[in-house]
Amino acid sequence: MQDVLKKKSMEKRILAPRDSRETIGNINVPNPRMVCRNVNVYYDDKQAIRNVSIDIGSNEVLAMIGPSGCGKSTFLRCLNRMNDTIESCRVNGQIFFDGSNIYDPSVDVVPLRAQIGMVFQKPNPFPKSIYENVSWAPIIHGLVETKADADEIVETSLHKAGLWDEVKDRLGQPGTGLSGGQQQRLCIARAIAVSPEVILMDEPCSALDPIATAKIEDLIDELREQYTIVIVTHSMQQASRVSQRTAFFHLGDLIEVGSTGTVFTKPSHQLTEDYITGRYG
Amino acid sequence: MSSQKEQRPVAGNRGYIRQKKERTIDIVSRRLAQRYRKEKRFKLYGLFSIILSTVFLAVLLTSIVSNGYSAFFQTYIKLDVTLESTMLDRENLGKSDFQGIIKQSITKLYPEVADRKSKRELYALFSSGAAFQLRETVMKNPGLVGKTIPYWVPADDDVDMLMKGHSKRGVPENERRLDDRQLGWIDKLVDQNRIEKKFNVTFFTAGDSREPELAGIWGAVKGSFFTLLVTLALSFPIGIAAAVYLEEFAPKNLATDFIEVNINNLAAVPSIVFGLLGLAVFLNFFGMPRSTSLVGGLVLMLMTLPTIIIASRAALKAVPPSIREAALGVGSSKMQMVSNHVLPLALPGMLTGTIIGMAQALGETAPLLMIGMVAFIVDIPGGFTDPAAVMPVQIYLWADSPERAFLERTSAAIMVLLAFLIMMNAVAVIMRRRFEKRW
Repeated sequence: MQDVLKKKSMEKRILAPRDSRETIGNINVPNPRMVCRNVNVYYDDKQAIRNVSIDIGSNEVLAMIGPSGCGKSTFLRCLNRMNDTIESCRVNGQIFFDGSNIYDPSVDVVPLRAQIGMVFQKPNPFPKSIYENVSWAPIIHGLVETKADADEIVETSLHKAGLWDEVKDRLGQPGTGLSGGQQQRLCIARAIAVSPEVILMDEPCSALDPIATAKIEDLIDELREQYTIVIVTHSMQQASRVSQRTAFFHLGDLIEVGSTGTVFTKPSHQLTEDYITGRYG
Repeated sequence: MSSQKEQRPVAGNRGYIRQKKERTIDIVSRRLAQRYRKEKRFKLYGLFSIILSTVFLAVLLTSIVSNGYSAFFQTYIKLDVTLESTMLDRENLGKSDFQGIIKQSITKLYPEVADRKSKRELYALFSSGAAFQLRETVMKNPGLVGKTIPYWVPADDDVDMLMKGHSKRGVPENERRLDDRQLGWIDKLVDQNRIEKKFNVTFFTAGDSREPELAGIWGAVKGSFFTLLVTLALSFPIGIAAAVYLEEFAPKNLATDFIEVNINNLAAVPSIVFGLLGLAVFLNFFGMPRSTSLVGGLVLMLMTLPTIIIASRAALKAVPPSIREAALGVGSSKMQMVSNHVLPLALPGMLTGTIIGMAQALGETAPLLMIGMVAFIVDIPGGFTDPAAVMPVQIYLWADSPERAFLERTSAAIMVLLAFLIMMNAVAVIMRRRFEKRW
């Protein structure tokens, strides 16, 4: 059926009807960094994610869009098992990272999260100094042995996050004293300090002003060279600016996935078209 | 990303508003005065309750201070003590008859008093502790032997009360503690400037005594100190460990729910029950020494644990989840998250809970009665296993004593207890400040 719809949409751009819940578009990418298959998430009895399968390519920015409550944040939090912290949350399905299923009981979340970093919606620096914010994770993972190592990691991470010039003279001051945009970049610096392979970003700019947002978007573009980035966003402009692929979620289903250009200019599903043209959201 | 709602024509809504004759501002202003009246009334209630509690506190403090301040002074009588070398054995000073020396000095002042009965009445004006004090003075300074020195001895509590005006001369002789003859002797002392009120050092350095003028609070202060040290050393780490485990690590199931309910219930259990528990477990089962700070501290630990656990759990709950997520998000283990980020943020709240628990423990009497800390203990405790009294028990014992002089000492002891409490709180506040400064 998928193929039929695809063919149709290519011919006359006939959109899949609103009640179609099948994923449209190619979920596969060559050389994927993470592979998700048939992921279901439940909060108690309520199903939040239904049978989502998608690949996340290396060095790509995958944007996940969709109306509020569609499950995109839930799905993002599955990718580094942050959902484990929620008592009522149950996940089944498979998410492969480095060839092993991260939901396998033998997998330890500590090294997993060291490889799959996360940036949250609200900037949440530790109530400690800027220096400690960045250096803490490398220290607990034993990535640094000397003070000089830590200094270097702090400097390079802050450089990568574009924050170094603004804070280099006050590394000892509390991270919570920075502006919202700076705090979020500090959180990004904290995430990249352990050199993860994937960075998950949960609406990283929703609490920021346009200038801070622009800075973070530029940063995401630069980070793509080294990291795989999955970003949840409410702003379609942001998705179209920063991402190579876009996944559209609706009420727990992955409705459509494709290259960002295609999804935004030639969507194949009625719901996607409605959403990106602003008919609901 | 304009929504469908905005695109919907809103003319209907406008029509509805236009139909209403009154403007919103009219409706609002009509009720405004009433709303402000309500607010004003509420503020008045609050102000009233604050004034009321302040008045009560003032009355309480005034009554304690006005009753108790005189205990900080004690009447002393000057004697000319002749330390005759015939009465003192230089080799064995401690065994000498100091009682006799004191009595000799007294009779020298009143040569007219001759018969046994009168002499006994005369000696009663002086504290029975005078001889012990003299002994100590001489032992410390053996060079005094053979000299005559002016020596201030504490007056008996009846004299003290008379000099402080607590017992009146006007009442009939048979209702007085001192008869007319004794009053005459006292007047003679006054005439000779031999009687004087001095700062009551004894009150701050001595243990309990049957004689009010020799009784002091220091034994109880040290007892309380040792007891609370045991309580703090045990209940703070145990309470915090329990709270952290229950809040951060324990699985949420029936068993932990059951434990939680029981901890909350324990906080409401009458304290004397903990005393019974201590009696049964620590004294009878483990055979620990009774009346000691160690057992008192253990019993009070049982009592303060629920308070500390509940406060600590509340403090842990108040740590924003974003901090936990941030820590877990960079791959920290739960232990690292708790010890590096959650605990420092929760510590001020935990300290508050601890100080509330310790303040409770400091003022607790009932459970200590059960483990024998109500005993009459004269010695000043030197350690955790020495028999000891604590301040509230000391207050209780003195309040129970018939002598008028113990009344003012009761109030004075309460003042010392409050000072102790304020000091403890001050330390806690300073510590909390220090931890809070770490943002």
